[in-house]
Amino acid sequence: MSSKTYDAGVKEYRGTYWEPDYQVKDTDLLACFKITPQSGVSREEAAAAVAAESSTGTWTTVWTDLLTDLAHYKGRAYRIEDVPGDSSCFYAFVAYPIDLFEEGSVVNVFTSLVGNVFGFKAIRALRLEDVRFPIAYVMTCGGPPHGIQVERDKMNKYGRPMLGCTIKPKLGLSAKNYGRAVYECLRGGLDFTKDDENVNSQPFMRWRDRFGFVMEAVKKAEAETGERKGHYLNVTAPTPEDMYKRAEFAKQLGAPIIMHDYLTGGFCANTGLANWCRDNGVLLHIHRAMHAVIDRNPHHGIHFRVLAKALRLSGGDHLHTGTVVGKLEGDRQATLGWIDLLRERRVAEDRSRGIFFDQDWGTMPGVFAVASGGIHVWHMPALVSIFGDDAVFQFGGGTLGHPWGNAAGAAANRVALEACVLARNEGRNVEREGKEILTQAAKSSPELKAAMETWKEVRFEYDTVDKLDTGKKAAA
Amino acid sequence: MANILEYKSRLSDSGSRKFETFSYLPTLSKAQIRAQVAYIAARGWNPAIEYTEPQHATGAYWYMWKLPMFGETDVDRILAEADACHKAHPGDHVRLIGYDNARQTQGTAMVIYRGEAA
Repeated sequence: MSSKTYDAGVKEYRGTYWEPDYQVKDTDLLACFKITPQSGVSREEAAAAVAAESSTGTWTTVWTDLLTDLAHYKGRAYRIEDVPGDSSCFYAFVAYPIDLFEEGSVVNVFTSLVGNVFGFKAIRALRLEDVRFPIAYVMTCGGPPHGIQVERDKMNKYGRPMLGCTIKPKLGLSAKNYGRAVYECLRGGLDFTKDDENVNSQPFMRWRDRFGFVMEAVKKAEAETGERKGHYLNVTAPTPEDMYKRAEFAKQLGAPIIMHDYLTGGFCANTGLANWCRDNGVLLHIHRAMHAVIDRNPHHGIHFRVLAKALRLSGGDHLHTGTVVGKLEGDRQATLGWIDLLRERRVAEDRSRGIFFDQDWGTMPGVFAVASGGIHVWHMPALVSIFGDDAVFQFGGGTLGHPWGNAAGAAANRVALEACVLARNEGRNVEREGKEILTQAAKSSPELKAAMETWKEVRFEYDTVDKLDTGKKAAA
Repeated sequence: MANILEYKSRLSDSGSRKFETFSYLPTLSKAQIRAQVAYIAARGWNPAIEYTEPQHATGAYWYMWKLPMFGETDVDRILAEADACHKAHPGDHVRLIGYDNARQTQGTAMVIYRGEAA
């Protein structure tokens, strides 16, 4: 018999949802939030409010609370920490019982964790910094359709990162001209080319026409080079029905890989497509349009490491992660953190990389990290050092902008990549000796020599907006 | 246009065929091959040798030279097997593989003797 009685009214959340003595369970889903409270709201109350609003609670007591075992179902704020170097906010750790979430549903987890609570008035800003998915939950998710090892076997690429290129201009090419650009890149030595994320099925190039010409290009490049090639055919569509129709046609044409935008398309569509890819033996490349809207503000939103974990659970064989060195935002240590989360079986808590929890992925396959955006041959030594082998480096302008055309641009990138990998395997410090390594390689590759002359001066040296919370202020 | 080089590659020229990792670099020297063998041994990968006729190089399975050299870390012994394979099949591609049994994949694979284009 419960001794509780119904007492209507608004209560402090901390009485029910702040439990500093709580011992977390192995099956709990753990979350770390960065909370910026309204003035006058205590840390404990704000943390408890977040735990409540993202789990069982609502703003007032309701009599039906007493029909459930609240102690079993509620989320609990169990720890509070200072944010190094920022007194406006603090970290709150919340434990959620696994029963709160539908099995295998990234949709359901995020509807709870980042639902209404993010608009809650008692907090000024809220950011989901990290989530520990218990292995019991991980095992209910499908995950990557193939994973790193299977993709390497299917594509016959070992001992090196793979190379890609997003076809440009991103909008306006006819299907046949677009296929030409694909063919030139692949015959020159790239492993993959990619539809730009904006390319879906516009009036200037309908998807069916694009797929046909692109696959002719892929097949000819394979016959010509003797190597396996692919083009990420973007099946992102206005409806799931259209998405599957496009995926089916890609499969019929023998496409080894298709592509989806998991944030604009949504987790529901993405998980369904990942399942389709697993059933049909088609690799799945994932783009992340809209991520910066969600993850770039250091005080509000969802950190990218959480979005990366969500993708690994939902399913994808590749995910864009930023380049560290190119035109798009990305702190080096933080990037190393989330590429580990995509690729490794177990990742230990490491605050120097922004990782707040140990994460065990069990047998869930890993995801290739994709570095794309404003990179060219001069970045190759740094990319090889930062990303290692299980990555795809995508040079768009850095291939297509070669003065002699795409094939030469592709060959330049391939020679630069192989020279860096060869040198790394020889024990050389590729980042420090990068210039020498590339200069040496260019002696037998006029294509690389021309590329090095073209992009000598292009740099993207801006400070990162979303930094790790280290307490060190950026130099003024 | 005068300073643009044509990218020479065509279906009818078997010399246009590539064979994955390091095939866009000049043929590896003896010293370079030795360094790659040492890399495989140092990673704890199991070395293996495969070979094939160049015109049949695109499939997943090449001919296996004996068996993978499980646990072999002696660079000279590994090189001697690669060399013996090359001598027995002089016109063929000879590929060096490092099997990473922990990750269930090939840690690396590279052609170290290039067969003659048919």
